[in-house]
Amino acid sequence: MAGTTRDWTRFDTRERLFRIGSVVVAAAVVIGSWEWLDMSLRYVSSAPLQVGDLLGRMYPPDWGYLPNAVGPLAETIQIAVVGTIGAVLMAAPVAYISAENTTPNRATYALGKLIVTVSRSVHTIVWALLFVVMFGPGALAGTVATAVRSIGFLAKLLGEEIEEIDFGQVEGVRATGAGPFKLLVYGIVPQIKPALVGVSVYRWDINVRAATILGFVGAGGIGVQLFEAIDSFAWRTVSALLFAILAVVLVSEGISAYARRKVR
Amino acid sequence: MLETENLGKTYPTGDEALRDVSVRIGGREVVAMIGPSGAGKSTFVRCINRLVEPTTGRVRLDDRELTGLGEDELRNARRDVGMVFQEYNLVERLTVMENVLSGRLGYVSNWAALRRDFPPEDVERAYELLELVGLDDMENKRVDELSGGQRQRVGIARAVVQEPKIVLADEPTSSLDPETSRDVMELLTDIAVDRNVPVVINIHEVDLAERYADRILGLHDGELVFDGPAADLTEESKGVIYRGEEPPEATTRIGTSEPTDAEATGRRAEPEPLSAED
Repeated sequence: MAGTTRDWTRFDTRERLFRIGSVVVAAAVVIGSWEWLDMSLRYVSSAPLQVGDLLGRMYPPDWGYLPNAVGPLAETIQIAVVGTIGAVLMAAPVAYISAENTTPNRATYALGKLIVTVSRSVHTIVWALLFVVMFGPGALAGTVATAVRSIGFLAKLLGEEIEEIDFGQVEGVRATGAGPFKLLVYGIVPQIKPALVGVSVYRWDINVRAATILGFVGAGGIGVQLFEAIDSFAWRTVSALLFAILAVVLVSEGISAYARRKVR
Repeated sequence: MLETENLGKTYPTGDEALRDVSVRIGGREVVAMIGPSGAGKSTFVRCINRLVEPTTGRVRLDDRELTGLGEDELRNARRDVGMVFQEYNLVERLTVMENVLSGRLGYVSNWAALRRDFPPEDVERAYELLELVGLDDMENKRVDELSGGQRQRVGIARAVVQEPKIVLADEPTSSLDPETSRDVMELLTDIAVDRNVPVVINIHEVDLAERYADRILGLHDGELVFDGPAADLTEESKGVIYRGEEPPEATTRIGTSEPTDAEATGRRAEPEPLSAED
């Protein structure tokens, strides 16, 4: 016992070298990126002054403007509501075919993954630019953009949820002689229901926030007013609008949190 | 009457889980299938309603061949086979009543199923079964609020509400305590008499098998090595079933892997109630 002291190290030499190497590589990437960007720090020193100046021009907020914002704000929320509901309806079948355990075959699986990737890799605002060209400016373009962007998000998360389900429950229903639709309704949907509600409401919450800037590209909502106010240096109107948007976002976040807590 | 003929299953991994199992089960006999873990008990019952697709052999239920049926016909045939599972396999987030009524899914339209609109006689039958299994007034409870024993009772009610021609139970007691296990075994044997259907129970507790079953099937390594009345299960036969020991000379009723012999044993062990039925 006494003569043998046993040696123990958490990592062997190779692992240690790999860990040190990882840190060096990460540091090199950060430094390289900084150099590449060639950012000038010239304006940083004057930034506090500029911020103070801007805040000064924003104060006091032009509360009197807000009645004009009620309509556009409502439109913003509606874009998010309609866009999200449309997205949920379209995402459900995509989720079904992009989950490994429910997809009919390899081709449908690949199609599902493709839809998810295409939808997700393009930002809402870029979709909105496309749809404004297609449908003209207005809420329709914004709604469709919101829906198209959300499909990928919803289908991906719901698809992953389907992959996590307990297949024993499905087997139990299958053994009674139920067909595919009944298996879906009795075996699968009850298991993913909390996620379905939670993810949809969460996406709606994201969409409310995204919809506030859709107006920048002419796709409807409060963004139109905001953009005009910034463009005409009406800073007091801008600050009033920002407060109004903040209030709407807080409320939608509250609703989203409540709904997700409620559904089990 | 359930009849399997040379039933076999080789999984894609190359595992031969079941080989040449030929049995006939009818009347209202309670058949316990025993054997060590991995002997193929679960594969056998799942091959009957083709939750697992058998690779060889045939399954017949009342002269209807289940092997080789198309999708739609297979679904219709599954309505006649009630199944009880080790892990209950109930839909956890649905209510007790929804789970019991799901046993009637094979008989209602998709639209009715979606709206939970089952015929009044199904609902009445479901209520009666809930009383039978001792879950009166629990119909609106969600299954995830129930204990293991209560869940298994729901599972049994779901299987029986199908009005099946046979009930298959895959390790129905393995997740339960000894007391609840006996209750569940009693319930299953009662159902055989009550509904006049055979009940096949996979089970690894040999004492429960001996106590509740009329007939015992012993599987070892995918092969049927014992088929006979519970009273005939000797220490030697248990050795054959559980440890793969060579059967001692001709004194015990042990089938071999040869289908003709197994078929013969199956016939020899045909239960009394069957002849009474004719």
